[in-house]
Amino acid sequence: MAITTVRPAVPVRRRPPRDVAWNRFLAWLGLHAVAVAIAIAFIAPLVFILLTAVMTDQQALTPDLWPRVWRWDNYVAVFRAAPLLTYLGNSLLYAVLSTGLMLLSSVPVAYAMSRLRWRGRDLLFYSVIVAMLLPPQVIAIPIYVLWAHLHLTGTLWPLILPNLFGDAFSIFLMRQFLITIPQSYSDSARVDGASELQILLRVIVPMGKPGIAAAALFSFLNAWNDYFGPLLYTGENQANWTLSVALASFHSVHQVQWNLTMAATVLVMLPVIVLFFFAQKQFIEGIKFSGVKG
Amino acid sequence: MTAVLEKRPGGASVARPPARRRRRGRGRRLTILAFTAPWLIGLTLFFLYPAVATLVYSFTNFDLIDNPTFAGVKNYVFLFTSDPLLWTSIGNTVWLTVALTVGRVLFGLVAAVVLVRIKRGAGIFRTLFYLPALAPPVAASLAFVFLLNPATGPVNQFLHLFGIQGPLWFNDPAWAKPSLAVLGLWTSGTIIVIFLAALLDVPGELYEAASLDGANGWQQFRSITVPAISPVITFAVVNSIITGLQYFTEAVVAGAVASGSSYTSGSSNNLGYPSNSTLTFPMWLYEQAFHQFHMGYASAMAIVLFIVSGVFTVVLVNRMRSAGIGEEEE
Repeated sequence: MAITTVRPAVPVRRRPPRDVAWNRFLAWLGLHAVAVAIAIAFIAPLVFILLTAVMTDQQALTPDLWPRVWRWDNYVAVFRAAPLLTYLGNSLLYAVLSTGLMLLSSVPVAYAMSRLRWRGRDLLFYSVIVAMLLPPQVIAIPIYVLWAHLHLTGTLWPLILPNLFGDAFSIFLMRQFLITIPQSYSDSARVDGASELQILLRVIVPMGKPGIAAAALFSFLNAWNDYFGPLLYTGENQANWTLSVALASFHSVHQVQWNLTMAATVLVMLPVIVLFFFAQKQFIEGIKFSGVKG
Repeated sequence: MTAVLEKRPGGASVARPPARRRRRGRGRRLTILAFTAPWLIGLTLFFLYPAVATLVYSFTNFDLIDNPTFAGVKNYVFLFTSDPLLWTSIGNTVWLTVALTVGRVLFGLVAAVVLVRIKRGAGIFRTLFYLPALAPPVAASLAFVFLLNPATGPVNQFLHLFGIQGPLWFNDPAWAKPSLAVLGLWTSGTIIVIFLAALLDVPGELYEAASLDGANGWQQFRSITVPAISPVITFAVVNSIITGLQYFTEAVVAGAVASGSSYTSGSSNNLGYPSNSTLTFPMWLYEQAFHQFHMGYASAMAIVLFIVSGVFTVVLVNRMRSAGIGEEEE
């Protein structure tokens, strides 16, 4: 195609020679074949989960892939098999409170690290990156001892309350976003006599909404998906289990019921998938800002 | 309010009374302190203190009930000479880290290169490729134990169509880690999105010039695409290594479900099922600290993990620094 458009000296051909067209078609076909193959491989697991979730107990143990009888009431039975509503409540408590507290504490930190200039700023920002990358297992022991002294092990508070003191990944993500807003917006507000708090609330938060929304989404998702934290703090106290912890032990309690296990799996995945379809753009933007622009 | 003076051209700020400037400077410092206070406390309470405390604990005997007693380097000596499962867990962690990093980066690159060239239906493909990355790890692990069930799982059914006797996957010590790697590929959507964004930033003129010079697709990929996105590839590799060193959830859940037990209920005899083949270093640390209550010993393990992940963290922070991460746009 480049030949026809860029070099007028070469006689312009309306149709490329047959072998070129054929090769181009083969390339197109190969490309789409690979894309479709990957897409099928990515979606097939979800389809098999959904199909198994509505099979009968007996059929879920057979190699059958298609339900003979569609047992939609498995989704009701699964709530009888385990107190999923309690676990759902716990998951929501953990995810919603974490996200709320994170926003309260981390937005001003991200603001100070992106919109204000001061000595030590970069050093403190590197501390955020290091904290973000540190494996949670490295520092889990003294933190556990700390919460044990406060008699809060067995609850979700050791996972929620630290969000009052800034979440490293959220600060990082929002800082990366806020720093792209031109400094002139803050400057003109300063000329008008606005305080930094006013600038943060009236100028930067409205303009930084996409970045803040992405941080909130990831905060919610991380809490919802978290297994290590709830296992550590609530593993011994079943009343405070989250859905992740409950799901991990669901199969051993309901030994051979793959259908109910898969129905429970669907219920745990569903909110995340719904969230994604409503906020796809924020997710993608968030990944780009945490990955590429970093 | 005094900021007005600073903005006025012609050195008006010089005329500002020093006392007011000082007051403004103090107000500014207080603002910055107030804004960053949450993180200053969080950093001290949840990172600096625990890091120091872990180091101190690592030289003690500590079981959470009684106060720690000094033990010298005993924990470290035991760690490297007598722990029967230490090297197994290190080997498994290294295996998984390498396999997941290489697999996800290569696969992510291929998927992103395919995606960037697709015109019609690009949005649908992008959504489908990314979606599994959001699946809660516990749910994804359960799903894969089901999919890879040796007798009745869909994957071995599929292989059976071609007359292939599928492996025992999560129930075979030789296949359990590769099964986890397959699960890792399914959730590589984040890397795909990062690579895709990087590919879209490569100037199209480069490819036009190259194709005028007669470079074929592979040559273009090697001499234009790879150099252009190499910082992003490095970022993905190092990030993936750091994630690999923390590998925990999928191994715990898949091992427990495949063995028909549950890690939560405290019966840890099936940890790393089958035959310790999925026992990772963080799992062994967790088991030592929170099931056996060998907290001093587990702290020594944590220090080892800290040093190893610290090396890769320094590499990553330096990459970010040279990429100008501390820079500000005017």
